[in-house]
Amino acid sequence: MENNSVHRTSVEYRRKKSAKEMRNQFLTFILMIFFTVISFVSVAYNDLFPSNFVAPFILLLAGIQVIFQLYYFMHASHKGHEMPMFFMYSGVFAAFLTILAFLTIVWW
Amino acid sequence: MSSIAEKRSVGAVLWEYLTTVDHKKIAHLYLFGGGFFFLLGGIEALLIRIQLLKPQFGFMSEETFNEMFTMHGTTMIFLAAMPLLFALMNAVVPLQIGARDVAFPFLNSLGFWLFFFGGVFLNLAWIFGDAPDAGWTSYASLSLFSEGHGIDYYTLGLQISGFGTLISGINFLVTIINMRAPGMTFMRMPMLTWTTFIASSLILFAFPPLTASIFFLMFDRLFTTNFFDVTAGGNTIIWEHFFWIFGHPEVYILILPSFGIFSEIISTFSRKRLFGYSSMVFATILIGFLGFMVWAHHMFTTGLGNVANAIFAVATMAIAVPTGIKIFNWLLTMWGGSIKITVPMLYALGFIPSFVIGGVTGVMQGIAPLDYQLHDTYFIVAHFHYVIVGGVVFALLAGAHFYWPKMFGTMLSERLGYITFVLFFIGFHLTFFIQHFLGLWGMPRRVATFLSGQGLDMGNFISSIGAFMMGIAIVIMLVNIVITTVKNQKVGNDPWEDGRTMEWALESPPVYYNFKQTPFVRGIDTYWIEKMEGNKGLTPAEPLDDIHMPNNTIMPVIISLGLFIAAFGMMYNPMNQVGDGKPWAIPVLIIGLCITFGTMLIRSIKDDHGYHIPKEELMNDKHKGGIAS
Repeated sequence: MENNSVHRTSVEYRRKKSAKEMRNQFLTFILMIFFTVISFVSVAYNDLFPSNFVAPFILLLAGIQVIFQLYYFMHASHKGHEMPMFFMYSGVFAAFLTILAFLTIVWW
Repeated sequence: MSSIAEKRSVGAVLWEYLTTVDHKKIAHLYLFGGGFFFLLGGIEALLIRIQLLKPQFGFMSEETFNEMFTMHGTTMIFLAAMPLLFALMNAVVPLQIGARDVAFPFLNSLGFWLFFFGGVFLNLAWIFGDAPDAGWTSYASLSLFSEGHGIDYYTLGLQISGFGTLISGINFLVTIINMRAPGMTFMRMPMLTWTTFIASSLILFAFPPLTASIFFLMFDRLFTTNFFDVTAGGNTIIWEHFFWIFGHPEVYILILPSFGIFSEIISTFSRKRLFGYSSMVFATILIGFLGFMVWAHHMFTTGLGNVANAIFAVATMAIAVPTGIKIFNWLLTMWGGSIKITVPMLYALGFIPSFVIGGVTGVMQGIAPLDYQLHDTYFIVAHFHYVIVGGVVFALLAGAHFYWPKMFGTMLSERLGYITFVLFFIGFHLTFFIQHFLGLWGMPRRVATFLSGQGLDMGNFISSIGAFMMGIAIVIMLVNIVITTVKNQKVGNDPWEDGRTMEWALESPPVYYNFKQTPFVRGIDTYWIEKMEGNKGLTPAEPLDDIHMPNNTIMPVIISLGLFIAAFGMMYNPMNQVGDGKPWAIPVLIIGLCITFGTMLIRSIKDDHGYHIPKEELMNDKHKGGIAS
């Protein structure tokens, strides 16, 4: 049987935790929009930025956005997500090996 | 939906199998489906060996020979070995982890039917005239210029059956992660479950490259794209890479569950805990990982350059380490054990030296400079038959004998089993051992004939004799199955008397809900622990309660049938390379896809919550469901 005061603290705890999470998500969301804006800017002002800077720069921002997406919006850091994350990283690893090999020995 | 088993007519039994979502019945389907294709592939192998019985034997034309070895390889890998392993996994894995079914029973059925229709489509090539003839690897530079529709049967058929395999693989992953009984931690899982888990994750990562590359080839041939056509700016090497990025993990998808089957058999009949359990798990995972880093060792002669060849050569040899760990663990499991010789145990004993020979020749081919000599010779043929037949087929035959009582409730005859084993074992070595030397003497693989007086006559003759012995062994096994089925002598829960894992605590075959109460797991070899403490069954982890069960459904058959129909439309579309497009092709394609996606839509919209077996019915049920009380 659930005690009333225990119930109240758990609700308070949960509220505090989701407030913190909300703040994080909000911050991440703003950052992601900011990243998107500067990638557009870097392409728009192509006379300022050379293209061999823009391409890796955008890819880097994209990588960071993927991580934000996984960890802040899809809750990858929460308990119970270990196995999906293990498989995701295994998949990333296999895909990375494939791309690396193609870049080095197919289209050399 | 009634939950009471009753005597049924043939039509009702057929309908039951068409609509079943029960993992034990799907295991039967996989066994019959895979067994059928195994016989087809076996007949093709015998025809190949007849053609090579003597020099310049005109038993079949060169063209037919090309079709024969292509279909033999494709059928055996995709339509025989993998489905037969799925049969054993389906029959055993849910029982080993204490689950009532797999995580997605509907998808389990869909996986089977996609495989089956894909396999049928591929083999229809024989009936309609042009079978694929570019080898099971179907290298794009050759397959693009293959005449007729043979390669289209290959791409479309494998695409459909590949979806099925991918679905089944994901299903096993989810099942093993989520449906383990209380107390069944990862490090308490039986080896067959572990190897199924790793093999399923290999399926998850290896099949998408195959799907992608088959799509490319399909579109090159059917819709005039130019992914692989060098003259139009494509790159033919990409097919080779993609195929082997899939193809190398594929052989581990086959061999890892085989290792699992042998681990169970060896520890059961040595009546000892598996030696080095945690190192076995570690070795399995390591083989899985390394399996993705070695694909280019199939392509040493493609011209990748010395650096790439050296990297892949070293990675290849590294795989010998975890495999060696496994071999020694099996030997040390038997060491000091109280060994009981049974038919499955005989296969396990035969497997170890046979597989070691295959492994050693594998490391030899891993040496890139030597591979320039061995590439495309019979040495390669000998090597992969030693690992696939000596490893996978031995495991399938051993597993069939071992798990037959759990799947069908009857025991295959020991005497006929011994005869099968002796004939198959001798025939296998007779066929393939000499092929190492044929290769070293210069006989290339995939040639329809050879000249006399080049020292190849006797070797090929011996090889063909061995193939016939294997054929006779399989016929005797079929006779054994028929006799056993007709006699129908039911056996008890633990017919081998030394069962260690949970499936042996259940009836043979288990009642449709498997476990009346979810069992509680207290260590590795759950049932053995209970037996040692004098318990008659498993310890329940929950009070007796209603059991939630899924409803049977015909939808998986219809979804697969839709793709099967669409494949014909695809093949005869007006843009195809052969140039025999038909006006009916596009409507057929659309109708087929409508059937598939329409059925999926109905499945999504219509809620099917399954049914409950009420507690009262379970209390009166004579079946024990694994629990002693």
